[in-house]
Amino acid sequence: MELALEPFAYNYMVKAIWVSALVGGVCAFLSAYLMLKGWSLMGDALAHSIVPGVVLSYALALPFAIGAFFAGMLAALSMAIVKQRTRLREDAVIGLIFTAFFAAGLLMVSINPTAVSIQAIIFGNILAISDQDINQVVIISVVCLIVLCVKWKDLMAVFFDENHARSIGLRVTALKVLFFTLLSAACVAALQTVGAILVIAMVVTPGATAYLLTDKFDRLIVIAVLLGSVTSGVGAYASFFLDANPGGLIVTLQTLIFLSVFLFAPKYGFFKRRAAANG
Amino acid sequence: MNIIELNNVGVTYPNGQVALEGVNATLRTGTICGLVGVNGAGKSTLFKAIMGFVKPTVGKVSIAGQEVRQALKKNLVSYVPQTEEVDWNFPVLVEDVVMMGRYGHMGFMRRPARADHQAVDNALERVDMGAYKKRQIGELSGGQRKRVFVARALAQGGQIILLDEPFTGVDIKTEESLVALFRSLAREDRLILVSTHNLGSVPNFCDDVMLINQSLLAHGPVETTFTQSNLAKAFGGILRHHQLVGADLHDDEDRRSVTVLTDDERPLVLYGEEGGQKITKHGTEE
Ligand SMILES: Nc1ncnc2c1ncn2[C@@H]1O[C@H](COP(=O)(O)OP(=O)(O)OP(=O)(O)O)[C@@H](O)[C@H]1O
Ligand SMILES: [Mg+2]
Repeated sequence: MELALEPFAYNYMVKAIWVSALVGGVCAFLSAYLMLKGWSLMGDALAHSIVPGVVLSYALALPFAIGAFFAGMLAALSMAIVKQRTRLREDAVIGLIFTAFFAAGLLMVSINPTAVSIQAIIFGNILAISDQDINQVVIISVVCLIVLCVKWKDLMAVFFDENHARSIGLRVTALKVLFFTLLSAACVAALQTVGAILVIAMVVTPGATAYLLTDKFDRLIVIAVLLGSVTSGVGAYASFFLDANPGGLIVTLQTLIFLSVFLFAPKYGFFKRRAAANG
Repeated sequence: MNIIELNNVGVTYPNGQVALEGVNATLRTGTICGLVGVNGAGKSTLFKAIMGFVKPTVGKVSIAGQEVRQALKKNLVSYVPQTEEVDWNFPVLVEDVVMMGRYGHMGFMRRPARADHQAVDNALERVDMGAYKKRQIGELSGGQRKRVFVARALAQGGQIILLDEPFTGVDIKTEESLVALFRSLAREDRLILVSTHNLGSVPNFCDDVMLINQSLLAHGPVETTFTQSNLAKAFGGILRHHQLVGADLHDDEDRRSVTVLTDDERPLVLYGEEGGQKITKHGTEE
């Protein structure tokens, strides 16, 4: 028991746990939408596209969030524009844009190696970030969460049926821009906790898991957010004992839960489906 | 009351296809207006132009004297497209979909009030889908899906309801209940604009009719506009056309003939001298 409580004796651990849980929750909220649209890879793409922005803001001694955010928005917008102006499919567009941005980031780091360790960006580590960075992460997450709680229904209407959303007077383009803004911001926050490579898991797995568990969108969001924040908190907590990278732990946990849901979900689980198919 | 004004509306798609040109028309509330024409005549395009989903290349659409965008903001128009481009696996139930029709009436958090729940239940009852409220939308048949989207339009409660081929894929019983529904909506002083290929049912339930083929060929009350000569203009030679002249029917000197025109399931039956100035009020099932 004593041992189990030990991480809470350390200020930095307590912080890491609740900040991870917060970020995990926000990413999971967004994952509910991304997965529905088949845009899951968008999160990954954004996380990679952010890299040049982070490098640049370190070089200019700006808060990392500013550079990261603008790089993310720029990437999201270029994806939207390339998609609209060409007949390329989403996957090609995403692949095209994010590798371009990521390459630019790598190039900048290699030219100016003192600016920031690329290692830190790619792997992230909530245990090692500065208080100032933590504040940025918290502010970003809280703002995202509030906006999502207010606008989740409008976003759902737009994602479900864009034309209908327009016909009831919703401002579809503005809502889409809002969504990509939130996504870019959340990716910036997640980058700090789990690193660029694992952001994708944070914005896909909870939503995908919840999708197998319910037919109602509001419930899907609740399940996803719970999964996202609990696994993130627990992952950070467990990293104390295992002396492991928290990002790796968080995503491993999420994947384990996904697997068990995939197998045993009451309506859409593997076994249930097989039973239904066999009569 | 005049509610939709089409002023020289023309639509040319980016590939150069001219879908509509020079459409001038005024539609008024309290009527059901049928929209007929061959495949590719521009019916769906006209709906989209009214909704502002395609921008007219020339001309102007105004709704209740306002820009389309303003009218949509005020929830004046509900639209049921020909085919729904939605993801049928989306985790929403039938009642959630119909509730989305009410969003424009709710506050910025979109929290439904009792009136909204009532409107949803009413709309579902009116299309006879009350029993399916809790189904995920992908778990419905094609006709049932169609009815859910009609219900969403009803729940929205717009003064104008646009329906692009609502009868395709629905059975006769549903078609008849939809027609009854449209009539009662028109009595509530709404405008119902319906495109259809069931020529036989047009005289049954429409007050006015528009015949189009790129341009507006004819527009007016069914009695004077839905005539054989106008239909021939709209459909060219492609209608299945059977004429039974006097000699086939009887031995007397009556020169009237029966004309059966069909584009789809329900034939249109015309009876009279020149091949039908007068329209029988009932399309018949053969
Ligand atoms: N997105 C588009 N891009 C280019 N051309 C189009 C597009 N949509 C429709 N068209 C063309 O515009 C014309 C009118 O099409 P529309 O869909 O309005 O016809 P319709 O009267 O609704 O036909 P149907 O009875 O088959 O539904 C057709 O010639 C069609 O090929
Ligand atoms: Mg059409």
